[in-house]
Amino acid sequence: MKNNTKPYEQAYFPPKPNGFTKFMRTCVIWQFIRFIVINLKMMRVIAKSH
Amino acid sequence: MARVVVLGGGVAGHTAASFAAKWLENEHEVVVVTPNARWNWIPSNIWVGVGQMSKDDVTFELAPVYKKAGITYKQAKAISIHPEGKKGSDKNFVTIEHTSKGDMGKVEELEYDYLINATGPKLNFGATPGLGVGSQMGNHTVSVCTADHAIHAAHELEKSIKKMKAGQEQTFLIGTGHGMCTCQGAAFEYIFNIEHKLRSAGVRDKANMVWISNEQFLGDFGMGAMHIDRGGYRTHSKVFTESIFAERGLNWITRAHVNKVEEGVAHYETLEGEMKSQEFDFAMLIPPFAGVGLKAYANDGEDITDKIFAPNGFMKVDADYTPKPYEEWSADDWPSTLQNPLYSNMFAAGIAFAPPHLISKPASSPNGTPINPTPPRTGMPSAMMGKAVAASICDMIKGRSEKPTHTAKMSQMGAACVASTGKGIFSGTAAAMTVYPVVPDYEKYPETGRDQNLTFGEVGLAGHWIKHILHYLFLWKAKLRVGWTLIPE
Repeated sequence: MKNNTKPYEQAYFPPKPNGFTKFMRTCVIWQFIRFIVINLKMMRVIAKSH
Repeated sequence: MARVVVLGGGVAGHTAASFAAKWLENEHEVVVVTPNARWNWIPSNIWVGVGQMSKDDVTFELAPVYKKAGITYKQAKAISIHPEGKKGSDKNFVTIEHTSKGDMGKVEELEYDYLINATGPKLNFGATPGLGVGSQMGNHTVSVCTADHAIHAAHELEKSIKKMKAGQEQTFLIGTGHGMCTCQGAAFEYIFNIEHKLRSAGVRDKANMVWISNEQFLGDFGMGAMHIDRGGYRTHSKVFTESIFAERGLNWITRAHVNKVEEGVAHYETLEGEMKSQEFDFAMLIPPFAGVGLKAYANDGEDITDKIFAPNGFMKVDADYTPKPYEEWSADDWPSTLQNPLYSNMFAAGIAFAPPHLISKPASSPNGTPINPTPPRTGMPSAMMGKAVAASICDMIKGRSEKPTHTAKMSQMGAACVASTGKGIFSGTAAAMTVYPVVPDYEKYPETGRDQNLTFGEVGLAGHWIKHILHYLFLWKAKLRVGWTLIPE
């Protein structure tokens, strides 16, 4: 069960991030923007929940 | 002077007691009964379980905090509730048994005017043969449910890493240890932290990592999954979660009820009714939760436990417990005031209340074994329930209302979950998710049951930063330090 990435095995089907997506996940400037966006989203969830 | 007794000092109980003490000031008494001397920020146990944090980083002594807040603290476990008093007295009370070194075993009757049952779960390891006995973990697997469990897990993980460094291959099995478990999120976070740890240690190539859970598919999380709007598509959390697993080379087994654990092997039944086994060198399997086993007695001594509590030991509240098929479930089935229907001065909050039904679609194998996640009600929802119940009780004590004035309905509240790995500011990553509402409301949101503006998920450094900030913020809040009321639940 160790290698599950071959055709027709379970990890063969899901989408996987490409290089650009991986870069953006660790790009500090972009992630700082996402940090603010996610915080705002979470604050909206909290505000609506109370 | 009224006395509010809070059973349990976890997220729900601690939040309820803290707010009740603040709002009632010195005019009334707030008592917390909890068997633990230390408060534990449980979400961070995951980091203890990979050796990244110590027990002191995620726990603190309760006594000085409660002393500062004017809360009476009794280190004890609740045994029984007597909501009508006893022969010769109609004053309701709870029986508690002390657990502190000095008073170990001493039994006390504690009268109350209002009672909040926030006892949390019994970690029911004993439900799966080999996983443990009663609430005690066994020897074949590890757990991250308590800080001490997590320390043990980190120790066992180090042993496996040492073996891998010596050239041995190791199989890691992480997930749920029974078909009726909840808390998949904790196991989800733990498997990614282990993966990160193995990568950092340079031994990832020696590890076969396997997820096992009772979800019908990855990404169900016990709340019937969710949809995320991203990249121009409305994507199901199954796709989102499988992508995260596939990217990291993790294998997964879903639709599984672990029915027996032996040294190095977990036996499980699938929804299809097949009996299978998975070998492991290291396993962390979350136990199912049950009520803590509180009993209830009427004035004449009659056992009324079955009237107060559901068969799983959780307290009945203002939910609609009428048995009905999945297709007829409604958001309105879920409780709002969390008040017990028989005794109006009794409430339950957090894991201690009995949900009306599952959130995920029920399923069972051809052998009749139920294999489906039970509803998650930890963290943010627990704290909000504790605060709402405290607010209602304070209003009732102050004569503002005879009925509860505040609600915390899981079909009208959201939750945030951040699964983070790594410790460094720039070296970690996280999957950050929010969902609103926790219980889908298909009448209000016909397509997905959720408000898509408030339901999202993404992977990146930002979530990792948020998770670390939340760790310090919530511990600050729990210690009731300056400005604690400004930090949301």
